[in-house]
Amino acid sequence: MASIWEYANPVKFIRTADRLLPWLSGLALVLMAVGLFWGFFLTPEDYRQGATVKIIYLHVPAALMAINAWLMMLIASLIWIVRRHHVSALAARAAAPVGALMTVIALATGAIWGQPMWGTWWAWDPRLTSFLILFLFYLGYMALWSAIENDDTAADLTSILCLVGSVFAVLSRYAVNFWNQGLHQGASVMRAGAIAGDTEERVSNVYAVPLFVCMAGFAVLFVALVFLRTQTEIRARRTRALLARERMA
Amino acid sequence: MMPELGKYAGAVLSSYAVSLGLIAMFVWLSLRRSRRVKRDLEQVEGRRDGH
Repeated sequence: MASIWEYANPVKFIRTADRLLPWLSGLALVLMAVGLFWGFFLTPEDYRQGATVKIIYLHVPAALMAINAWLMMLIASLIWIVRRHHVSALAARAAAPVGALMTVIALATGAIWGQPMWGTWWAWDPRLTSFLILFLFYLGYMALWSAIENDDTAADLTSILCLVGSVFAVLSRYAVNFWNQGLHQGASVMRAGAIAGDTEERVSNVYAVPLFVCMAGFAVLFVALVFLRTQTEIRARRTRALLARERMA
Repeated sequence: MMPELGKYAGAVLSSYAVSLGLIAMFVWLSLRRSRRVKRDLEQVEGRRDGH
């Protein structure tokens, strides 16, 4: 059986990503199209939130991926620190803009949803604030990569930043539980359990099933984008190395 | 076919427009950079192999 470390070889990674990308892109497109169509056109209004409940199909998957992207970057950064595989450092670099995109979507849809429901676009609520800080960490992480010319030094320093930022990624997920205050409701989706019985706090199955399809779509889209962007980072690194050799010759 | 969104039509439709627009733009930018970087590498490798 092939070891996962074989994919630390840049050539092997690029070949594998080339093979997988059409399938991943197609799957992401299908899952997102089905989930969003189902959620937008085929689900009823909520008795309290009215039609705004349809925003859940974008807001929750984006928020979930915003946190998971940082956790993926954390794992890739730890692999870089321990095993010094360049592909893992470049995968973390490639994932950061995707995570930032998801965070922006979560913040924007949250604000648009919050205005009619809470009467305000923004509140310094624990979950909203920790998400904003997570977004700033994404910006700082990308800026640090761009600011340092030496790729290995950049990978070292951004890995440390990633470790620190992980605290906020976890806080973003559990802020509501820690502080038990603010406008944002507690976790209700993962308790949705398309199978479990009903409680008032739980998302109804009518909304939960298309929501899970959207979450799967966003997750596959994230993987496809990270594969594509990691390929790009590997090629860009190789180009920089060859140009440096040309200059030395 | 269009669901009745009532007074929340603006909020719901703008959420979808902003999110899908951002995703589409991000995918396009990623693909564009991927093609450009691949072309640059091929040029540099071509120069090196020509020597």
